[in-house]
Amino acid sequence: MSKQVGQSKTRVDAFDKATGRAKYTDDLCGKETLVTRIIHSTVAHGLVTSIDTEEAAKVPGVVKILTCFDVPNYPFATAGHPWSLDPGHQDVADRLLLNRHVRYYGDDVAVVIAEDEVAAAQAARLVKVCYEEYPFVLDVQKAMEPGAPQIQENYPGNVLAHSQYRYGNYEEAIQEPGLIKVEGWYDTPTVQHCHIENHLCVAHMEAGRIVVVSSTQIPHIVRRICGQALGIPWGKVRLIKPYIGGGFGNKQDALYEPLCAWLTTQVGGRAVKIDCSREETFVSNRVRHAIRTHIISWVRPDGTFAARKVEAFSNQGAYASHGHGVNAKGVNAFPQLYPCPNVEGDAYTVYTNRPSAGAMRGYGIPQAMWAGESHIDDVAKALGRDPVEYRRQIVMPVGYKDGFSKNENYFDTFNQIMDKGMKAIGYEEKRKAYASQTGPVRRGIGMALFWYNTAVWPISVETSSCRMVLNQDGSIQVQTGETEIGQGCDTAYAQMAADAVGILFENVHMVSTQDTDITPFGTGAYASRQTYIGGFSIRQTGQILKERILNYAVELTRQTRANLDLIDGKIVRISDGRELMDLGELATTALYSTTNSQHITAESTYQIKNNAYSFGCTFAEVEVDIPMCKVKLLNIVNVHDCGTLINPQLAEAQVHGGMSMGIGYGLSEELKFDEKTGKPLNNNLLDYKLSTFMDHPHLEAEFVENAEPTSPYGTKALGEPPACSPAPAIRNAVLQATGVGIDEAPLSPHRLFAAFQAAGLL
Amino acid sequence: MYDMKAFYEAESVQDAIRLRLEHPEAQIIAGGTDVLVQMREGKRAGKELISIYGIDSMRGISLDSEENIRIGSLTSFSHITKDPIIQKYINVLGEAVDMVGGPQIRNAGTIGGNTCNGVTSADSASTLMAWDAIVELTGKDGVRLVPIQEFYLSAGKVDLRPDEIQTAILIPKASYENCFGHYIKYAMRNAMDIATTGCSVNVVLSGDKKTIVRARIAYGVAGPVPMRAPSAEAAANGKSVSQETVEAFAGAVLQDIHPRDSWRASKAFREHIAVEMAKRCLIESCKLAGGVIA
Repeated sequence: MSKQVGQSKTRVDAFDKATGRAKYTDDLCGKETLVTRIIHSTVAHGLVTSIDTEEAAKVPGVVKILTCFDVPNYPFATAGHPWSLDPGHQDVADRLLLNRHVRYYGDDVAVVIAEDEVAAAQAARLVKVCYEEYPFVLDVQKAMEPGAPQIQENYPGNVLAHSQYRYGNYEEAIQEPGLIKVEGWYDTPTVQHCHIENHLCVAHMEAGRIVVVSSTQIPHIVRRICGQALGIPWGKVRLIKPYIGGGFGNKQDALYEPLCAWLTTQVGGRAVKIDCSREETFVSNRVRHAIRTHIISWVRPDGTFAARKVEAFSNQGAYASHGHGVNAKGVNAFPQLYPCPNVEGDAYTVYTNRPSAGAMRGYGIPQAMWAGESHIDDVAKALGRDPVEYRRQIVMPVGYKDGFSKNENYFDTFNQIMDKGMKAIGYEEKRKAYASQTGPVRRGIGMALFWYNTAVWPISVETSSCRMVLNQDGSIQVQTGETEIGQGCDTAYAQMAADAVGILFENVHMVSTQDTDITPFGTGAYASRQTYIGGFSIRQTGQILKERILNYAVELTRQTRANLDLIDGKIVRISDGRELMDLGELATTALYSTTNSQHITAESTYQIKNNAYSFGCTFAEVEVDIPMCKVKLLNIVNVHDCGTLINPQLAEAQVHGGMSMGIGYGLSEELKFDEKTGKPLNNNLLDYKLSTFMDHPHLEAEFVENAEPTSPYGTKALGEPPACSPAPAIRNAVLQATGVGIDEAPLSPHRLFAAFQAAGLL
Repeated sequence: MYDMKAFYEAESVQDAIRLRLEHPEAQIIAGGTDVLVQMREGKRAGKELISIYGIDSMRGISLDSEENIRIGSLTSFSHITKDPIIQKYINVLGEAVDMVGGPQIRNAGTIGGNTCNGVTSADSASTLMAWDAIVELTGKDGVRLVPIQEFYLSAGKVDLRPDEIQTAILIPKASYENCFGHYIKYAMRNAMDIATTGCSVNVVLSGDKKTIVRARIAYGVAGPVPMRAPSAEAAANGKSVSQETVEAFAGAVLQDIHPRDSWRASKAFREHIAVEMAKRCLIESCKLAGGVIA
């Protein structure tokens, strides 16, 4: 039997996407669709006292202007988490469709609906909004100070949540004589996902229901949130997700779908579109949490830890969105990577008057690795140890088991990935060659590790459903609730389905669009879960379908069931391997038989109660031009153990994308705000320095394939992991080059200028 | 969908002058890489546009009877970079405009637009300043020639009269003869960016390559308009090709430039980089001219 899993199959959507034939949300909007302009707050914090729409309404082509005084009063939560049956674990409902109490510069206060974009833009400029201004706060720790502006009503001190753990006895452990104390504060910036397709959605009414087509990662979840925000039964909303141009977590949130769903109800059910500009996407969608982390390690001269402490302050921005889940994930990762008997951890998530932070590729781990892996290099430096050799001593050992998730480190992965990375980049020679340099231009090499959970069990439900339908020619349609968002899951799923059923890859037709009216339930693309989670329901459903096919074959072939198999689309007699019948012949017979007609289909749900550690590392080599305050990335290598590769070429592409994101995070990306007004300063792709091809060296992706024992296909997380370790690896390379450890990302020329001046290099 | 009131297409330079006089409020548009961006942002929303993009006589690079280089204002950045006359006599200009935006922008954007929008960060501007370019303006009464230093009036404002369009940029033979130059664009990334500051230097060396006969230096984003640094030039003119001259030249830059503090970069940072760029540009220019830094 030819195995489809493990081959670099061409993407099932490659031709349609490359030729422009693939339909995205905007392609599905009819000519009659009304357009909108959202009026955003021009103060960082305040109360809308009045909105004058008189002049704006006179602009020809304007259909209706709706404001924060018009919206229904159903506070709703936007996070793209599966619904929790436990009210204590449900997301915080802290916003309305349009808000009178505006909490960040860019909050939504009104909407112009018009026949065309020019009319909408002209009218939007004429809408006059009056505010009573409140004091505002942008910094996470300043927001916690007594007397700081209160941003949300029920959260004193603006603390959305605080969680902690205490293992062993930290205070007692630090009394041990001879300990070396290493302490640091590590900062990460507010960044944005910058997917190529901005979020947009279009809604109209049909048969008394609201149909929303949206650029989202999570159609079934967004349907639920639309129902909640409008106060209508969830079945009254139909959510359709066509192809989308990336999401990276921004679209793992209800963005403008609830507002759009409501707008169509206000114009008699006509189609209304909300199409975010890039400027709006930066500010009024979601961003990555800026997290400030404080770490203290008490180290023995032999390198072992006596005690460690971590505190992390996460800048939530104006609304809860994914809230504390992000910072908690990062802080909870801390005790596992470098185990220590005495550890204290505190995670704070704090409202500020910045844009709302939500999910973004890595979900707290890039921030945690920036802090944790920068810190480990600081410890190695304090001990005079090589960073790789030191990590080998202290990293999570083989056999380590997490009590909560039951994840286990089954293999000697960390040493394997470090060996592979060192070899690929030439670590030992270069580390030695760059050991003592002088002069204005110096080189350095550095690295960082990470670990990542696959999926969300046991924090939330993990479930996946799949449907397979057999066609007359022996091909099948496959549907899942899990979504293709550019990462290639449709292709991986087609490979899995082919193997599960026993047919060729070419005979699997993926139904890429999710439509909540017809697609089986699934929660969507997030948490690097889909290949792992989807694998369970695809394997199970494939086996059910295969069983039904072979049961039908028993009568046609007059063989026992036990003597039949389905291999590459042929009914095969096991005893002698003879091909008895083509699957197409069987399927046609099954549909048109005058005596035993059957439509052979299968559908099943699999609930997953497992999770898996995904591991990897980055090695980076840099050249630092000290007088010019510039870092040039010369070489970068990511090595991952995400189990067995389903499609090696797609896996490599996934790693390249994550590395690119990590390079920007380490070197150039940062959303900036005016301290005096709270206004975002660089919410466009010119002033926000997303790294370009010209800023990338060759991106080297390597793999160690230790098959994950809990997965039917041996796979585990790869979606987010590649973005977790590049930034601290670059930081650590600059540390070797210059002796200067820069603890605030990104390593922009401005920051290098200040750091090199302070270090006496300039 | 752009919010434009009207769009007039000029068929010739004379036609463009007529349209300008008929529609005094209208904005001239060439490649559109700046005007359309501003229009989208609402800054020029509702305006009339006069397109000069179809006037082919304004495209291309040639040598006139006196061997001055004539660059038609509609010549795109990518054509300038690949032009043999530019490569032979003023290669640094081709290199400078090859750092504008990305390939698509360089195919659409024109050197006329780059200078007429009057911004200090334009990648062509500091090199044109440093090479004493002459701007050719054509109006109802004929052609007017203006040195580029006088063409820039203030931020965003150039000496373009209501009946005029810019038809060419000239580099006099006396300016480019035996002259070698280097440009550094300092930006926050290697493509799709606007200069944080830009520096263009060129030199003429003595026959024995030991003395700097003439040094010229100009900056973008060191003040509201592109500017020369006369103190730096004075510190190098007639001096030996040496590290000492390089230091004196670069140090003198701070007497001339006035970068400002903004969220994009601090004054201190810009000044620091400006000095470093002056050093590197002078060293590279001397090398290109055949000199050896003693």
